[in-house]
Formats: sequence, structure tokens, C-alpha cells
Amino acid sequence: MNKADSILSQTKSFFAEIGDMTFFAGRFFKEASSSPFEFKELLRQCYNMGNRSLLLVSVTGFILGLVFTLQSRPTLMQFGAQSWMASMVSLSIVREIGPVIIALICAGRIGSGIGAELGSMRVTEQIDAMEVSGTNPFKYLVVTRIMATTLMLPLLIIMGDAIALFGSALIENLKGDVSYLLYFNQVFEALKFSDIVPATIKSVFFGFAIGLVGCYKGYYCSKGTVGVGEASNSAVVYISMLLFVIDFIAVFVTDIFI
Amino acid sequence: MNSIKNIKPVLELKNLQKSFGDNHVLKGFNLKLFEGENLVVMGKSGSGKSVMVKCLVGLIHPDGGSINIKNQDITTMGHKELDLLRTEIGFLFQGSALYDSMTVRENLEFPLRRHKDKIENFQGTEILVKEALENVGLADAIDLMPAELSGGMQRRVALARALILKPKIIMYDEPTTGLDPITAKEIILLMRNIQKKYHTSSLIITHDVDCARVISNRMILLVDGINYAEGTFEELSNSSDPQVQAFFKN
Repeated sequence: MNKADSILSQTKSFFAEIGDMTFFAGRFFKEASSSPFEFKELLRQCYNMGNRSLLLVSVTGFILGLVFTLQSRPTLMQFGAQSWMASMVSLSIVREIGPVIIALICAGRIGSGIGAELGSMRVTEQIDAMEVSGTNPFKYLVVTRIMATTLMLPLLIIMGDAIALFGSALIENLKGDVSYLLYFNQVFEALKFSDIVPATIKSVFFGFAIGLVGCYKGYYCSKGTVGVGEASNSAVVYISMLLFVIDFIAVFVTDIFI
Repeated sequence: MNSIKNIKPVLELKNLQKSFGDNHVLKGFNLKLFEGENLVVMGKSGSGKSVMVKCLVGLIHPDGGSINIKNQDITTMGHKELDLLRTEIGFLFQGSALYDSMTVRENLEFPLRRHKDKIENFQGTEILVKEALENVGLADAIDLMPAELSGGMQRRVALARALILKPKIIMYDEPTTGLDPITAKEIILLMRNIQKKYHTSSLIITHDVDCARVISNRMILLVDGINYAEGTFEELSNSSDPQVQAFFKN
């Protein structure tokens, strides 16, 4: 097989996988809208994903706020524009950096976890055992996980943004002698409804993408333990790529309407 | 056996075919399982035994043929009907397939979540779980995680889980594979006791001759995707056919 054939076959399999994932998403909507509903498992997944990601998201958000403010200060000072720090940091974090960075962190933490967990269940026949016992494994495992990531990611992003702003306020307070009250007054003056809503909607799609790809890769895992590693790894790669595509579409659409 | 053959089969396979690409695994396999009997299907590794039994419970869709369980063809069934029928079938997986994030209790409760109404005189989940564990001699393991159990114990818990909905048919996929000879014997005796206690019909997929000798009423040898030979253990073990003899040597 020459290089051109190899590229062609890889492109074909990539688009075939996108097609399969689209069918998988379609099945999710079909199964999610019909009874029975697995509320207990959904709550358990929400707790697992939310609670277990809290520390990681908090630390990431805090460091993000600290570093962003420290890096921006010298440039703003050159132009005598330190007073714009709160507005600039809050808009950047809430509209773009916060959602994308936290979603990427969650892709690694949650997406790979789902891929590995479902992949391991597939290769050890646990998913088959569920099916044989008269339980729909797609509904129990996939629908609950995708719904949990879709619900929890916006909450994690909102929390991460808030902690990032606190980190930024801390630096401004220590280095620029700006009080917390003044800093957060400026933050709330700068942020508008039209900044928060598109970012929140975008984070819902981020959550859906993380759940969908993680579940797809794990649910159709094969090739034993090697396959589990591949499922987990490729879930993170696909999710990261998809997050940037969603981000681009969200920014493009927001730019048209707002 | 003649008296058994006069009874209507609870499970019947006709001309079952399944291929994976160019690999034709099943080439027209036939099977009848009668009420109350233990039917052993023996074959070499890779002969399609597991594929056949997975076709039986709808985990793999066959390319051709029919699968009748209790007079219903499962190849034409919808998901909901199939799920209901599956509550009447217990399945013991080769690797036990216990849910490793759940305790033994939760593993056994899992099939009951949606199908409690299938059980006559239902007296509560707790009673059923304890009864199932007592049947396999593991009442003390109720709050342990699967990782804390030995291979033999895992197989017993999996058997308890397969029995929890009081199925009429039980399918065992290589029930003694990976176990030491003593534990394997314990599992075989347990299977026999369960069959006597609940009057189930059992389909046992194995390549373990000792297992077949102890438990089988009737045997089928699966060779090259078809029924190569059929009969009781004694009939087959005394056969002069070299292919049949190959199974019983060693």
C-alpha cells in the first residue's frame, strides 16, 4: 500500500467513525426519551463525575487565574491600563479560557475514565451479562453517563471560572493593592448576560461531547486489555479535537447573533 | 432418553449459521434441549461453541437459521420482547462477568431491578439474594467485592446471579475453565444439585470431559461448525470414530 492509499484509507475510517458516532448519538436521544429511566444511576454518575472532579477543577481554575493575571500585569502596566485588569481577565476567563481549559481537564479526567471503565466492562463480558439479565446496558451505562457529563460540566465550569477569578483577585490584591470588593465590582460591571449565556450553552455541548465520545469508545472496545488502553487514549484525543471544533462553532454563532 | 425425546423441546436450533468475514464458524448447527435435561455441547477451542451459545441469548445475531426458545423465534424478536424472554434464561459466563464496581449483594440484586414481577411469591429482594447465595454456599460473602473473591467463589456468585430470577433454562459457557480440578468438581456438583432442586433444563458448553461425564444426559460434538456426533456420554466415549475418540483420550 503506498502513502496515498494509506492516507485515503485513514480518512475513510475517520469519517466512518464519525458516522458511527452520529448513529450512537441518535441512539442516545432515542433511549433517553423512552422509559424506564435510570434516575438512581444518573444521580450516582453525577455525584461521581462532579464530586471527584471538584479538586482538580478548583486547583486548575485557581492556578489559571493566578498565572493569567501575573502574565498580563506587565503588559497592561506598560500602557498604564492596570485598571482594566479585572474586566480583561473576567471576560477572557468566562467567555473562552475557563470553559475550554476546564473541559480539556475533564476530557482527561472524565472522558478517559468512561472510556476505560466501559471498555473494561466490554472485554470482561460485564456488558453482555447486563444484556442477558434483561437490562438494557445502553440505557443503564451510556445514557446515564452522557446525561451526567452534560449536566455536570456547566456546573464545574462555572465553579472553575469563579475560582479562577478569585485567584486573579488574590494577585491583584497582593501586587496591585486592589481590594477584593473593588476587583469584583469591576468584574460584575464588565460581565454581561451576553457573555455568560453563550459560554454556558457552549459548556453544555462540551459536556455532551465528553460523555458521548468516552461512552462510544468504551462501549465498542475490542481487542482485550490493549483495546481498553486504546479506548481510553483515543477518547481523550477525539474529545480534545471535538472541543475545539465546538468552540469554534460556538464563537462563530455567537459572533453572528451578539 | 426416548421418554425425553417425546417431550416438546424448550429450546431448538435449526440450521444455525454464523460467519465472521471468511471464517465460517457455524455451518448449519442443530440442537434440541428438552425439559429437565442436561445437554452438553463439546468441541475444540475455536469450534464455535461460545458463538453458538451467544446466538442463543441474542448477543450475536446469526446469519441464518432459527432459534426457538419456548416456541418463540428470538431472531425475529424486538428488544423488549427479548429482554422479557431473557428473564427465563440464566447464563453463566466463562469469566464469571461479575460487575466489578458492585458488591456481591448488588450483583445479585441487579437482575431483580426491573424483573421482580417475574418471580412467583416474591418475598423481597433480601430473601432472594440470601437464598441464592446459600444455594452456592457463599452466604458470608454478601458484602464483599468481586475482587476480594477467588476464581471459584466468583464462579459460584455468577451462578447465584444466573439463578436469581428462577430461570427455566440455564446456559453454562465453559463453567470449569480456569479452575483447579477440585474447585471444578465442586462447581460441577453444584450445577447438578441446582438442576435437581429447580428442575431446570441446562445447556452446558465445555471441553472438560470430566464435567461432561458427571453432568450430561446427552451430548453433542460440535466439529467444523456442524453436529458431528450425538448420544449419551457412554455411547460417544465408546465410539470407534477417531474424531470422536480424540475428545475422550487423555
